Amino acid sequence: MTGEMSILEVRNLYVERGGVAVLDIPGLTVCEGQVLTLIGPNGAGKSTLLLILSRLVKSVQGELIFRGRKVDSNDAAQDYRRKIAMVFQEPLLFDATVFDNVASGLRIRGVNRGEIKQVVGEYLERFGISHLDRRSARKLSGGEAQRTSLARAFAIRPEIIFLDEPFSSLDPPTRESLMGDLERNLRETQTTAVMATHDQFEALRLSDLIAVMNKGKIIQIGSPGEVMNHPVDEFAASFVGMETIITGEVTKTDGGTFIVSVSDQDVEVTGEMHVGEKLTCFVRPENVTLSLEPPGGKTSARNVFPGIVLKIIPMGFFNRVCIDCGFYLVAYVTNQSLEDLSLSVGKSVTASFKATAIHVIRKQK
Amino acid sequence: MEIIVEGIRQAFYLLFTLDPEVLGITLLSLEVSGTATLISLLIGISVGTAVALTRFPGRQLVVSMINTGMGLPPVVVGLFVTIFLWRNGPLGDLEILYTPTAIVIAQAIIATPIVTGITLAAMQHLPKNLRLQILALGATRLQMIWILVKEAKLPLLAAVMAGFGSVISEVGASIMVGGNIKGYTRVLTTATVMETGKGNFDIAIALGVILFILCFMINAVLTQIQQKERPR
Repeated sequence: MTGEMSILEVRNLYVERGGVAVLDIPGLTVCEGQVLTLIGPNGAGKSTLLLILSRLVKSVQGELIFRGRKVDSNDAAQDYRRKIAMVFQEPLLFDATVFDNVASGLRIRGVNRGEIKQVVGEYLERFGISHLDRRSARKLSGGEAQRTSLARAFAIRPEIIFLDEPFSSLDPPTRESLMGDLERNLRETQTTAVMATHDQFEALRLSDLIAVMNKGKIIQIGSPGEVMNHPVDEFAASFVGMETIITGEVTKTDGGTFIVSVSDQDVEVTGEMHVGEKLTCFVRPENVTLSLEPPGGKTSARNVFPGIVLKIIPMGFFNRVCIDCGFYLVAYVTNQSLEDLSLSVGKSVTASFKATAIHVIRKQK
Repeated sequence: MEIIVEGIRQAFYLLFTLDPEVLGITLLSLEVSGTATLISLLIGISVGTAVALTRFPGRQLVVSMINTGMGLPPVVVGLFVTIFLWRNGPLGDLEILYTPTAIVIAQAIIATPIVTGITLAAMQHLPKNLRLQILALGATRLQMIWILVKEAKLPLLAAVMAGFGSVISEVGASIMVGGNIKGYTRVLTTATVMETGKGNFDIAIALGVILFILCFMINAVLTQIQQKERPR
């Protein structure tokens, strides 16, 4: 799905507010047909970046380039805004019917009645709100309102669509079904998209490329696989769900694997390192297996540690189990396994994970 | 007590017999205050929107002035309009003092800050990102302003009611710049003042009742529109 052609670029973007840098991005390129997700905590600069990329806000420093042309003058900005669409966290619907809302972008462009009727009909259908066309936007539920907002944005048939936390204020089932519709429509219409979110699952599901942001900077950009499995630093790791973060020193190397000593225990890791190097190791909680007895020779997991359950936090379909095995380890356990193992706080368990399931980075000075 | 009952009886008699003098006074009141309200809407909605959507140095002061203007005493407005239109005043050459036009000017000055203030409040009440959303839909600046005004239409109806209500019931300025000339600049309020002064309580009450019914009917219609559209 990822095209090669650059459609949108920013260069040397720098924004400060009250003497503090809120955005500092030397360069960012969005390719045609690509879905780029900006992920990061509140205040990372995601929304500001979206406003600048959509040229709803002009940045004093930095340039915006759309299909090879600078968007610099006000006329160029007006032209550019006719080719994009934006969906905010709040639906921001007009006090009119659902049909009129979805038609609004087309009416602004002076599209004729017949075409409006046909296009609006199509997009109402695409977002499953055809039956609501005559309903007043004031009487919609949160999910219906956000569907209307999405249909309104897509009906323009934009070349790029910007989405600022579009699902954040929806309940989980609504969010799930709406995300499915967005995913399908992005794919079917081949629309380039830039979305901001603080939800790693949303990012994983929809993106071709993920940019991790913190304090106004893009600290890592890559495919979902790269970002999830090879975070560049502790912040990126904690943000993409690597909940076990342990530090140690390389004590032994052995052709393709090495041993890191963590709180006097040896952790075996696949990779090349030198003895004496200080490392930070990350283990994704879904890669940790729990059992009551040591698994013996039946497992390919090289790292097996006895420990004690500290905490069990239900997360819906699964549970976060925190274990003390000399260091702090987090495992995801399904409800079924939790019952089978009859886990409870204080119980002794054996945690195991493979040497390949560990991501390491050299310790930051 | 008898005076009031007699007055109300007289009012309905004048109403139902379509007394030409009372009818003339009523129509002039409607025409003058209607025109003044219309002018105040044109100016007030434009200025209110402009102030709501822009940032400039001294904006705070302008907003304070608008808010103060919402309570402008009609007699003070009447005084200044009279001075300006006085024979050797700055606009004396227009020779419009003691004409219906003079009343329209004075009333428009009274109603404009009210309409401006309510428009400003209504516009600032719209969601912060709505302007960005409209721009993102491809709107030009003018299209954006038009859509915002449409979005604020319910509070703007309140501006119409408040503006019209303030001028139809206003007497100080009308009497000063209009002069209460029979058959020419005599409106409901000035006629009421005069009849009361002469001790003709029955006619005064009749005029008062007509004024009251008029205000009530117009506001009832506008309220009907406003409440029908009200968010549920």
